[in-house]
Order: sequence, then structure tokens, then C-alpha cells
Amino acid sequence: MILVWLIVILMVAGILAGLTGRFSTSWPRVISLLAVSIDFVISLVLWSQNSSYVKLFPQSDWFKQVDWAWVPQYGIHFHLAMDGLSLLMIVLTFLLGIMSVLISWREIQEGVGFFHFNLMWILAGILGVFLAVDLFLFYFMWELMLVPMFFLIAIWGHERRIYAAVKFFIFTQLSGLLMLIAILALYFIHHSTTGIYSFEYQDLLGTALTPHMAMLLMLGFFVAFAVKLPMFPFHPWLPDAHTEAPTAGSVILAGLLLKTGAYGMLRFVVPLFPGSAHEFAPVAMVLGVIGIIYGAILAFGQTDLKRLVAYTSVSHLGFALVGIFAWNELALEGVLIVMIAHGISTGALFMLVGGLQERTHTREMDRLRGLWATVPVMSGVMMFFAMASIGLPGLGDFVGEFLTLLGAYRVSLGVTIAAVIGILISTLYSLKVIQRAFHGPNTHEWSLPDLGKRELLIMVPMMLILLWIGLYPQPLFNTFKPAMQKLQLYAAPKPVMTMVPGARKLPYDQNGLAETNRSEP
Amino acid sequence: MASIPMQQGLLLAGILFAVGLAGLLVRRNVIFMLMSLEIMLNAAGLAFVVAGARWGQADGQIVFLFILTMAAAEVSVGLALVLRIYRRFKTLDADAVSEMRG
Amino acid sequence: MLHLLWLIPALPLAGFLILATLGKRMPRKMVPVFGAGSVGLSAIVAILIAFNFLTSTPPGNSYTQVLWTWMDVGGFHPQIAFYLDALSLVMVLVVTFVGFLIHFYSAEFMEEDEGYSRFFAYMNLFVASMCTLLLGSNLLLLFLGWEGVGLCSYLLIGFWYRDPVNGLAARKAFIVTRVGDTAMTLGLFLLFDKLGTLNIQELMHRALVQWPVGSTLPVLAGLLLLGGAVGKSAQLPLQTWLPDAMAGPTPTSALIHAATMVTAGVYLIARTHVLYSIAPQAQLAVAVVGVATLTLAGFSAITQSDIKRVLAYSTVSQIGYMFLALGVGAWSAAIFHFMTHAFFKALLFLAAGVIIESLHHEHSIFKMGGLRKEMPVAFWTFLAAGCSLAGLPLITAGFYSKGLIIWGAWSSTRGSGALWFFAVFGVLLTSLYTFRLIFLVFFGEMKTQIHKRPGFRMLMPCVVLAILSVVGGFVDTPEFLGNIHSFTDFLHLALPPVTEGPLRGMSELGSESLVTLAFLIGLYIAYLFFIRKRELAEAITTPAIAKALHRFWYSDWGMDWLYERVFVRPVMWIARVDKNDFIDYIYSGMALITELFYHGVRKTETGRMRWYAAGIAAGSIIFLAIVLFL
Repeated sequence: MILVWLIVILMVAGILAGLTGRFSTSWPRVISLLAVSIDFVISLVLWSQNSSYVKLFPQSDWFKQVDWAWVPQYGIHFHLAMDGLSLLMIVLTFLLGIMSVLISWREIQEGVGFFHFNLMWILAGILGVFLAVDLFLFYFMWELMLVPMFFLIAIWGHERRIYAAVKFFIFTQLSGLLMLIAILALYFIHHSTTGIYSFEYQDLLGTALTPHMAMLLMLGFFVAFAVKLPMFPFHPWLPDAHTEAPTAGSVILAGLLLKTGAYGMLRFVVPLFPGSAHEFAPVAMVLGVIGIIYGAILAFGQTDLKRLVAYTSVSHLGFALVGIFAWNELALEGVLIVMIAHGISTGALFMLVGGLQERTHTREMDRLRGLWATVPVMSGVMMFFAMASIGLPGLGDFVGEFLTLLGAYRVSLGVTIAAVIGILISTLYSLKVIQRAFHGPNTHEWSLPDLGKRELLIMVPMMLILLWIGLYPQPLFNTFKPAMQKLQLYAAPKPVMTMVPGARKLPYDQNGLAETNRSEP
Repeated sequence: MASIPMQQGLLLAGILFAVGLAGLLVRRNVIFMLMSLEIMLNAAGLAFVVAGARWGQADGQIVFLFILTMAAAEVSVGLALVLRIYRRFKTLDADAVSEMRG
Repeated sequence: MLHLLWLIPALPLAGFLILATLGKRMPRKMVPVFGAGSVGLSAIVAILIAFNFLTSTPPGNSYTQVLWTWMDVGGFHPQIAFYLDALSLVMVLVVTFVGFLIHFYSAEFMEEDEGYSRFFAYMNLFVASMCTLLLGSNLLLLFLGWEGVGLCSYLLIGFWYRDPVNGLAARKAFIVTRVGDTAMTLGLFLLFDKLGTLNIQELMHRALVQWPVGSTLPVLAGLLLLGGAVGKSAQLPLQTWLPDAMAGPTPTSALIHAATMVTAGVYLIARTHVLYSIAPQAQLAVAVVGVATLTLAGFSAITQSDIKRVLAYSTVSQIGYMFLALGVGAWSAAIFHFMTHAFFKALLFLAAGVIIESLHHEHSIFKMGGLRKEMPVAFWTFLAAGCSLAGLPLITAGFYSKGLIIWGAWSSTRGSGALWFFAVFGVLLTSLYTFRLIFLVFFGEMKTQIHKRPGFRMLMPCVVLAILSVVGGFVDTPEFLGNIHSFTDFLHLALPPVTEGPLRGMSELGSESLVTLAFLIGLYIAYLFFIRKRELAEAITTPAIAKALHRFWYSDWGMDWLYERVFVRPVMWIARVDKNDFIDYIYSGMALITELFYHGVRKTETGRMRWYAAGIAAGSIIFLAIVLFL
């Protein structure tokens, strides 16, 4: 029941914010902040209960769940459930939610009510995506988060906002339709073999499929999530959407929306279609590693600060893709950390860039230059997050990338080498940001206010969290581990291993790649 | 009463339809185009009646009645439009009023 | 007492945090108190721990302090733990002690600078990272320190950020060292994948048990780690960043780019010496890299005109000696040379800093001269350090440490005549460029007027280091000169002694004599060219071929030129050309095609009713025809 409340609080707060926005600009902000904070506290309480629950009931699939019949004759349920993975993603959602509300405090001055309505409903949709285990509900939530995001970009965005919003919408909508087709096909195939209509995740896990069909359906899901992730070559919507969105929009896009793609792969693609995912893994990993390198090079080529940061996401999320399809414990734990740490570090970078734009009204690095002299604290903070972005040990991103590649190394040497080179290129773009925007002579004679109290209130916790993840990530691992083992169990008996050129043969590689029908665990 | 062979009836209907179509395509005056339409409608009606007579069924006549009412409605709407067009453009040339090109 | 180990990195880290958060608000006088004080305290703790370690050596000759488990996933459980043995103790002592002296020096050197507290914050962070690197019990923690010192190096080279040239040098340093780190990261993956741990001691143990000598895996692992070491220690082929790194403030050059950070590669290889002992090919590669670097950098040093660049090439060359020592298995000799080098090279930089400060930031040695009388303290300390660098026999530390390496290159089973020859030839080069520097800067007539004289805080560290540069070598002397082995013996608690091969017709005394001869030849050439007959130096450089050679050596054997064309420009080109993302063109292309199609179809929408009617008729006829006849 608590899970429903988490969503309802956000939705109600959104409506209230929209209503109060008619006569006030501060009410919507306060209401939204309050709602997300309450949810954040609830999620932290849940987290604190989680470990003891897992100890008590190691066999149970879900830590918390709500299951209401929605359209029972078609097997549609309102089924929300939470395990370690969704729990962590939700904590991240609320954390970045609070930051998004705070960062919009001054930036958004028009249509405040509707803005916060959209913000709350996006968060509600994301929450639903992380919680839904009924595939119909999942698709519903998947679409729910798109529409307010579209408005957020199209109304409060920058110069080319309409173009960006439409591009974002077409990409995600088209790929979402592929997923819908795959969901329905799975649903009907499941009915034809068992005689039961069900959208239930647990039911569909065991569906018997021909290898060909499994591959098609897997690709349907995969493309939808790959567009969101975004995977090369489905990434071009991302830089436009991130660049044109208001700061809060960019933070939510980079920090959360992209994670729904990775989450979907973890939760659905591999467990539902382990065989074909296994078969497809080499392709996915290679695409992931191309994304790492290509995204980094693109980022390096940009002169627009926000666009540069946007492209880094393509690069960083490539690690998630590589890790997911390496599918061993090290890699998966690494993927989790990549997701969380990237959400925080890139979110913070977007906030800083947004802050710069608010002060200077430009994002062009050549127009900035030499800002260290006038905003030393901001520059230092920027340096911190830029270093997180290049994977400096001791900060969160390093742990994620290192573990991911450590896991990937066991699967494919070639991919790992290429990915490590990708990290090298990340040095180039991060240093470029520092050099072009903050170092050098202050030729444009900027004199700007440094980070204020509100901004420090946002930045300092995020820095501390990154340090914490970098130096003691164990609590995250402990929370994720039971959930991960469940996922691996679903995907058993064939662990997803690849045959990328250069990969070493593993003992379980021999038992039949083509055989894709999984037996019920 | 000696029955007329179906072929002849259908042939007449076909010729009438072709005449109507040709008129529609050739004439530029909207009134004449409406008249050509009427001819085509009646050609279709004739084909139904002939077919109905051939199989001794009433369906043909029923459909013809439908066509009649439809034609009446079409003419009343059409003439109203013609009046509007004439008021607006001071001409009845259909090509001259091609305002809705893409 | 040993349990205070964690304080060694923690104190400078605390200093960093205080200075980074409150540095702007605290009075300027307090900045060095925190900045230098934290490192000083750290040095005191290190000395106390060393005393404790020496008096009551812990069991197993090592002490491990586990702070917490970093992570524990899938059989991978690195800890935040510090490991102290003879090797790390020596390194930490040198780093904190020399580090403290340089901080002390900086208190005056940087006094006028607006980034006073920022400078000390970075320096403190550096010391903290360096100590973490040295004390880390596993390779991952070592890597944390490794990247941390890289970051600090970047920050300090680009310290005067207003000048884009400094920023360029800083980026170059960071990126080039990270190229090496890429290899090192792969090495870590390989080691963990094959041996299942990154704990150094455990790793070495398992390697010894599981891997036969000379098999592929240890060689591969050794080469990958060597890649990291080569980057950090500025050895061939990644040495190009170090001379440019001189853009940073002089104390930075002294501490980071001479005394400590650049020797991290030496430490890494010494730390993992077991791996190299079972991978002879990798160890040979270490020796070859060392010898090649020491020779090439020696030639480059002769041609430089910027005082700091001469010293930088000299650093590259001296670290080449350390690599040579590692490559022939003379582990303790490498560490010995690291220590003496830290003393005399730090001093050379500090003294150079004194001179540069006094001469209006003049860097060119050709515009200096005659400073012997004007700046006696600088002269005498510089001379002491220079003699130590060149290896003035019998009385300087450098003579003993270098002699030990050269003797190792001859006598070790993994040594050879060729290695020995180049090492001795390197002595000649060293002596030549060192005395060229000294003669040009301190002798002859004065060319630039002194405008300010250094104070006590800058001179005191120089004097201390000068004493150490001379007496620091007496802790270990060859057989025929007292036969003291206290340093080597102490290090043998952690590092194995040299395995001496059959002596090949030359005694240690013979080797040392030839080294002395090389030193004297170098000294004489320098004397001839830069004191006796200045015109001779000009005569020899006038022919076109000599000029070309000079330019070639001056530009570091054209390596920068090569890298610029092979790596930098292609990457820049791709990034520039692909700024708008080729892939996006595919999607815009799709959008464009849709639009074209729209324009095409639009044409048929004429607004002419008769056309529509004709279309409907034609369509119906075609449709009917299809239905009827197909």
C-alpha cells in the first residue's frame, strides 16, 4: 500500500501545484518540495527496513507489493512491487526530484503551477516504471512519463525547444510502440500455451517461445530501452532534448529517464528472453562500447557546454549496456553503481551548467573562459564533478566503471580494451570543459555571483554522496544483491555470455547457443 | 410485355454512365458538372433496376429509391454551393475556384 | 605506535579539507600553518613510526592496518588498508620529509600569490594521495593514490590558470599519464581475473605459485603495469609531458615532478617485483626502457636553455637509472637512488626557484651568469646538489647510489655489458649537462640584475637538502669504501638482494673507476666549452648538421612532433568534423525524405474538382481491372 501512496502523493501534489499556480508562484514550489521530501523520507525508511526483511524472507520475490485487479477479464492488474533494485532507483528518483525542485526555484518564473504539475507527474511516471511488474501497467507508466516531459521541454526549454521536444517524443514513442507490440505478442503467446490471459511479470517469465520469436520479441523490448538508454545509434534525440530542456528537465532526463532504459534491460530484456539475450549479447556489448567511445568523441567536439555534458551521458551509459550484457555479478553490481553515480554526477553537471547559463545567458564555452577568477567555489565544484566524470578513483563513477569492466573482462577482452580507451577519451572532454570555461584569462571580464546558499545546499550533499559511493559502496551492493540474484535466477540456466571476437571460451558456452526456450525455474 | 434483354439495359446504363463521366470531366461549368453527376447517378440506378428485373427481386427498385433521395439531397446541397460560389467568385468555372490546392 | 599509520595520509588530507573550505576566509598567515603544518606533523608521525619499526620490527617485517572494507562483490573485496614494510617506509619517510621542506619553502615562495591557500590545498592533497599510493595494501587503493597524484599534478601544473600555455601543459601531463594508466587498468583486470585478488602481497604469493617463470601471463601483466609506470615516471615513450610540466610553480616541480610523484612508477615495479622476477622478458623491457630513456633524455638535457627544462630532462634521465636498476633486479639500488635523487633534485629545483625569483622570473640560462658571488647560498647548495647529480666521487650521495646501479647492471644475472655501457655513458652526459648548467648560471659575467633576495624560509630547506645530498649516500657504500650496507640491508626486509651472476672480468672498483672517468670527461668537456673557450661551443654548433641535431635533441627527439601528427591531430579532426554527429544525419535524412515525399504528393492536390473526378474514375477502373483480370 505504501507504494501506491508514494505515487499518489506525487500526483496529488502535482494537481495541487497546478491549481495553486493560478494565484501564487511560491505555493507550487513549496508543495512540490514537501511532497518529494516526504516521499524521499519514506523511501529512506523503506531502505532501512529492507535489509532485515531480506534476511527474514530470503525466498520472497518482493520486499513490498500491491496487487489490485484492474481489468481482470484480460489479466490486467495494478501490480506494483519493490525489490532491492527498484528501491535504490526510487531513492535516486526522490533525491534528484528534490534537487530538481530546488534548482528550478529561481529559473522557472512563468507557468510555475503547470511546470510543477509536469515535474511531479514525470516523477510519478518514473516511479511507476520502477515499480510496475504488470507489463500493461508498465507500458502505461512508460507512456505517462513521456507526455509531461514533452511539455517540460516544449514550454520551458531554450531556443530550439519545439524541435527537441518533437524529436524526443518521436524517438521514444516509436520505440515504445515496438515494445507494446512485443508485450502484446508475449501476452497472446502466453495465452495460447497456458490458456491464461496475464500481463504479470512472474507469469510471463516462463513463456515458451521459439528461438526466432524470442529474438523478435527481445528486440522489441531492447529497442525501446536502447533508445531510452540511449544506445548508439539511437542516441541523436538525447543531445537535443538535454540541451534544450530547462535545467530540471535535463537533470531528470539524464539522471532518471535514461536509467529507466537500463532498468528495463535488467528487469525485462534479459530475464524474459535469456536465450536470445545471450545470443544478442555480443552485438549489444559492441554497440555499448561504440557508444562509450563515440559519445566521448562527440562530447569532445562540442563547444556548447550543455551539449557536451549531454553527450557524456551517451558515453557513460554505454558502460551500463556493456555491464548488463556481460551479466555476471561484478558487472551487474557495477552497472548499478554506474546508474546511480552517473545520475548524481551528470545531474550535478547539468545544474552547474544551468547555473552558469542563468548567470551569463550563454552556454558557449568560448564566451565563458576564465571564470575561475570570479566564481572560484563554483569552479571547484565543477572540477569535482568533472573528475567524477572521468572516473577518478574515490568517487562514485570509478567504482561503477571499474566493476563493470572487471566483469566485462571475463566475457570479452576486446570490448574491455575499447572501453578503457573510452575512459581515456573522457579525460579529454572533461579537461576541455575546465580549460575552456574556467581556466584561461577572463577575457570577457565576467563578474558573477558565486554559488549561493541554495545551490550549495544542492551541491554539497551530492558531492558527499559521490564520495560515499566512491569509498564505501557496500550498502548499495548489499541492497542490490538479493534482487540481482533473483534476476540471475530468472535468466538461468544459461548465464548470458558472449562470443565477441577475442572472448575466451567459457565452460557453459558449449551447451547450445541456439536453444532459447528456458525451463521454468 | 416482352422483356428487354439485360445486356441491352446494362449497355444503356454503361453508355449513360460514360456520357455522364465524360461530361463531368469535360465541362467546366459547375451546373453542367452537377447535371453530369445526375446522369451518372441515374445510370447506376438504371443498372440496379435492370438487375432487379432480371432476377425478379424488389431490391433493385429499393436501391433506386435510395439513389433518388440521395440525388435529391445532393442536388439541393450542390445548388446551394453553386449559389455561394457564384456570389463569391462571380463565375461558375470550376477550375477558377481551385482555391484548395496543396 | 604503528597503528598511527593512517595519520600519515590523513593529516595532509585534513589540511587539504580545511584549506579548501576555509582557506579563503582565514588570515593569510594561517595558511602555511595549516598547509605546511599538516605535512610536518605527518612527517613526524612517519619518523616516529620508522623509529618504532626499526626498534621492534613487527612479525613478518610488515604491518597492515585495515580501516574498512572498500567493497565486497563477487569475490572482489579490496580493503581500505595500509601496508607498511621497509620499502613503503623508506618511500613515505622521504615523501613526507622532503614534502615538508618544500612546503616550508613554498610558504615564502608563494607568499605574494593570490592563490596562496589554493596552492597549499593542492599540495596537501598531493601529499595525502602520494602517501596513499605508497601505503595502499592493494593495487586498487594504490591506483586511487596514483590517480590522485595525477590530478594534483594536473592542478598544480595549471596552477597559474590565466595563461593558456600552462593549461595546455597541465592537460598534456594528465592525458599522457592517463594513457599509461589505461594499460595499468588492463593490468589490474588481468591480475584480478587470473589470480582472484588485488591485494599486493597475496597477489605476489599467488603469482609465484601459479605462474611458471617466463610464461605469457606474468609477462603480459608485467608489461601492462610497466605501461602505467612509464606514463607516471615519464619514461620512453611517454616522457614528453614532464618537460612541459615545468609550467607549474617551482616548488611543485621540486616536489611532484622531481622528488616524489614521478618515482611512483619505480615504486610500483619495486612493489610488484615478484611479478617481474617471474617474467624475465618484462623485466628486460624495464631495463631497456630505463637505459634508452636515460641516454635520450641526457642528450636532450644538453641542448635545453630553460633552467627548469634542463632539470626536467635530468629527472627523466635519472629515473631511467632507477628503471635500469629495477630491470636488472637491483631493487634496493633503485630505491637508494630514488632517495638520493629526491634530495638533490628537489634541492636543484628549489635553488633554481631561488634564482628565478631573484632574476625577475628569468628562465633562460643564457641570460644568467656570474651568480656565484652574488648568491653564495644558492651557489653552494646548487653546486652540492649538482655534484651529487653528476656523481662526484667519494663525497656525494649520487655517486654511491648511481654506482650501485651501474655495478648492478654489470654484475646481476639479468645485467649485461651493453646496459652497463650505456649507464656509464649516461654518467658522462649527466656530468656534461650538469656542469654546463652550473658554469652558465654561476660563472662568467652577470647578465641580469638581482632584484630581490630570498629569505630564511626559502634558504633553510636548501641547506638541509644540500647536507642530505652529500651525506645521504654514506648509508650504503661499496666494499672498497667502508663496506656499509645498512640501507640495503634494511630494504632487504622487503626486497630481495641482487642475484649476482658470474663476475665478468671486472671488479666493483673497476666499474667505479670507469664511472669516475666518465664523470671527469663530462666535467672536462663542460669546462672546455663553457669556461675556457666559449667560442668553441659556438663553432661546433654552426654546421647545418649540428644545428639540425641540436634542434632534434632540443625538441626531445621529435617525439612531440610525431605524437602531434599521429594522435592529437586525428582525434581533434574527428571531433571537429563530427561535431554535429554523422548518425544524426541519418535521422534528419529520414525526416528529409518524408518531407520530400510530402512535397511530391502535394503537387497532385490541385484544387481542381475535375482532376479529382478523373482520378477517382481512373482509380476505379484500374481497381476493377485488377479484380477482374488478375
